[in-house]
Amino acid sequence: MPNMDPCKTPIPEQEPAVRARNFDEVTLGYTREQAVQEAQRCLNCKNRPCMTGCPVGVRIPEFIAQAAQGNFEEAYKIITSTNSLPAVCGRVCPQERQCESKCVRGIKGEPVGIGRLERFCADYMRGKQTTSAVPKPNGHKVAVIGAGPAGLTAAGDLAKLGYDVTVYEAFHTAGGVLMYGIPEFRLPKAIVAEEIEGLKKLGVKIMTNMVIGRVLSVDELFGMDYEAVFIGSGAGLPRFMNIDGEDLVGVYSANEFLTRINLMKAYDDDHYTPIIRPKRVAVVGGGNVAMDSARSAMRLGAEKVYIIYRRSMDELPARKEEVHHAGEEGIEFMLLTNPTRILGDDKGRVTGIECVKMELGEPDASGRRSPVEVEGSEFTVDVDTVIMAIGTSPNPLLTMTTPGLEKSSRGTLIVDENECTTKEGVFAGGDAVTGSATVILAMGAGKKAAAAIDSYIKSKQ
Amino acid sequence: MYKILRKEKLNEQCVLIEIDAPYIARKAEPGQFVIIRSDELGERVPFTISDYDREKGSIVVIYQIIGASTMRLAELEEGDSILDVAGPLGAATEYVENAKRVAVVGGGVGCAIAYPQAKKLFNMGVQVDMIAGFRSKDIIILENEMRAACTELHICTDDGSCGFKGFVTDKLRELIEGGAQYDEVIAIGPVPMMKFVCAVTKPYGIKTLVSLNPIMLDGTGMCGCCRVKVGGKTKYACVEGPDFDGHEVDFDELMRRNSTYKEQEADHVCRLTGGVR
Repeated sequence: MPNMDPCKTPIPEQEPAVRARNFDEVTLGYTREQAVQEAQRCLNCKNRPCMTGCPVGVRIPEFIAQAAQGNFEEAYKIITSTNSLPAVCGRVCPQERQCESKCVRGIKGEPVGIGRLERFCADYMRGKQTTSAVPKPNGHKVAVIGAGPAGLTAAGDLAKLGYDVTVYEAFHTAGGVLMYGIPEFRLPKAIVAEEIEGLKKLGVKIMTNMVIGRVLSVDELFGMDYEAVFIGSGAGLPRFMNIDGEDLVGVYSANEFLTRINLMKAYDDDHYTPIIRPKRVAVVGGGNVAMDSARSAMRLGAEKVYIIYRRSMDELPARKEEVHHAGEEGIEFMLLTNPTRILGDDKGRVTGIECVKMELGEPDASGRRSPVEVEGSEFTVDVDTVIMAIGTSPNPLLTMTTPGLEKSSRGTLIVDENECTTKEGVFAGGDAVTGSATVILAMGAGKKAAAAIDSYIKSKQ
Repeated sequence: MYKILRKEKLNEQCVLIEIDAPYIARKAEPGQFVIIRSDELGERVPFTISDYDREKGSIVVIYQIIGASTMRLAELEEGDSILDVAGPLGAATEYVENAKRVAVVGGGVGCAIAYPQAKKLFNMGVQVDMIAGFRSKDIIILENEMRAACTELHICTDDGSCGFKGFVTDKLRELIEGGAQYDEVIAIGPVPMMKFVCAVTKPYGIKTLVSLNPIMLDGTGMCGCCRVKVGGKTKYACVEGPDFDGHEVDFDELMRRNSTYKEQEADHVCRLTGGVR
């Protein structure tokens, strides 16, 4: 008999007041017993609606059926047969908009905690040897640009098919946004490093400090006997609002603020990368990156942290759990509010942010009601730091240096339904194609591209 | 890991290192830089590529021991390896077409970066006047190298202990007023020096290129911390620069932003040296 409790088995978490001041992981994860109990809530539906919500096609009911019997290694194998980064996905996927949104149990009560179970299976297998065999080499070479979620997924899938894969990473560490963007308290870096080790065991080679477009061009890669190239170069340059005061000392892009903290560990005094320890912070934007920035600022010791977002709570694009956690940790949401300028003192340091109230008007092209300024409603908030988390525009380096690689008017790479770019043998996916999106969508694209690269190379023989 | 093939102390504070980096050496051009992280705890610090040897597969970086990260880098000796070197980054310098005569102005350790510019132009057949400024005679670096890479070398010292007594701007003005017809001036050095060189050349309408040194983090076009205002527009020095038209650069803003971490940097140096500098 399935467990008919309408609610998810609660998951242990650090107390809000404690965790708001440390960088340790917020959610502690299920115990073995809790995982079995939650897995037993799955009805194992025949038509598997949950799977239709998964961009990488994890065979969800199958792995949960194994977990319900305590066979976590088996469950893990089922997950990893289609997902190279389960410990990551279990933690950062917006499950409420994907698999769990389709779960039948969600109609009357809460859906099965699919993300929590995926995470448990992956964590359970940490440090344990799995018996998966190293694939037999097929003699073909593929280059991957960018060791983020898209590139790593493509690399993993291709390696499993026997390809000789080299990933070229611009930074000193592989992982992309999983390392520089998503904070330790949401995704411990040791876990990311371990998942990457797993890929290396499959034979994937990773070369760091390689900025493709500068040190080697895409055409030069083809000259090095790579038969196909996958571009997963990520989101690119941060956007600013183009309002007065954005060049003051104390104005960060979210990318910079988070990279200092996550990749460079600026919060730890033993590391040499500096960061401003802010007292009063305004974070502009409503996505996951904004939540991560706000919660990181709190952990650096801030007294007040505001999220400034121009629409209302209903439109907030961040993952539900992050918004909930941020609220618990004392982040204040200034909704229907938009900055008009940033104020500074005579030394050029931030002293405040001037905002205007907004109201929701007609729906725009995205279907969301577009915010309109309320005239004369300007007000000022005292802050010493402003973090702009309003998205990114693609890095032009690869399109500039690769003849035949075309981009859209937004600067993103143009691909067809198989993630194939306008240049033969070059495939792309993730934020470089979609603009800022999620880890799992990038992984889905990497997966699709790997399959397309496989058929492309086979078709040439 | 990137091995240090050669290390030379150019003066009390300036160090030259030749690094084994074949991929970078193959592509490097004047104006480009590398990001160096000397060890696990280190920052990512940008250094302009001062020279390269494509055959040998090495690059040369000259740095001044000025803060915590360069102190730690200076601890690495010949034969030791640097943890991370990424590059070549930034856009290569684009020179004025068909230039006949160019003044290359370097200030202090900036001469190490101005030197490859002079060398490249000189090898292209351009008449190069190199103006190299130092505080005093004892900290002059690369004198022979610079002399071999230009038509005429003008050394300036603040105290007159060598060559012309005065600032590089005084020398430059003297040359221009003496009738030198420059198609371009390239100025590389401390921000105030670049600012004042631009002030000298502006009335004469001489195109002036500067190589900016804003704070950087990733250096690959991801974080936006190297943003500078050029002609009223925000530019990212790591991908669109580091060279810009000096007459368009907002130098005061650059100086302000470069002071962001002054206090923290001083604190780190204190911890490394026990308060002694």
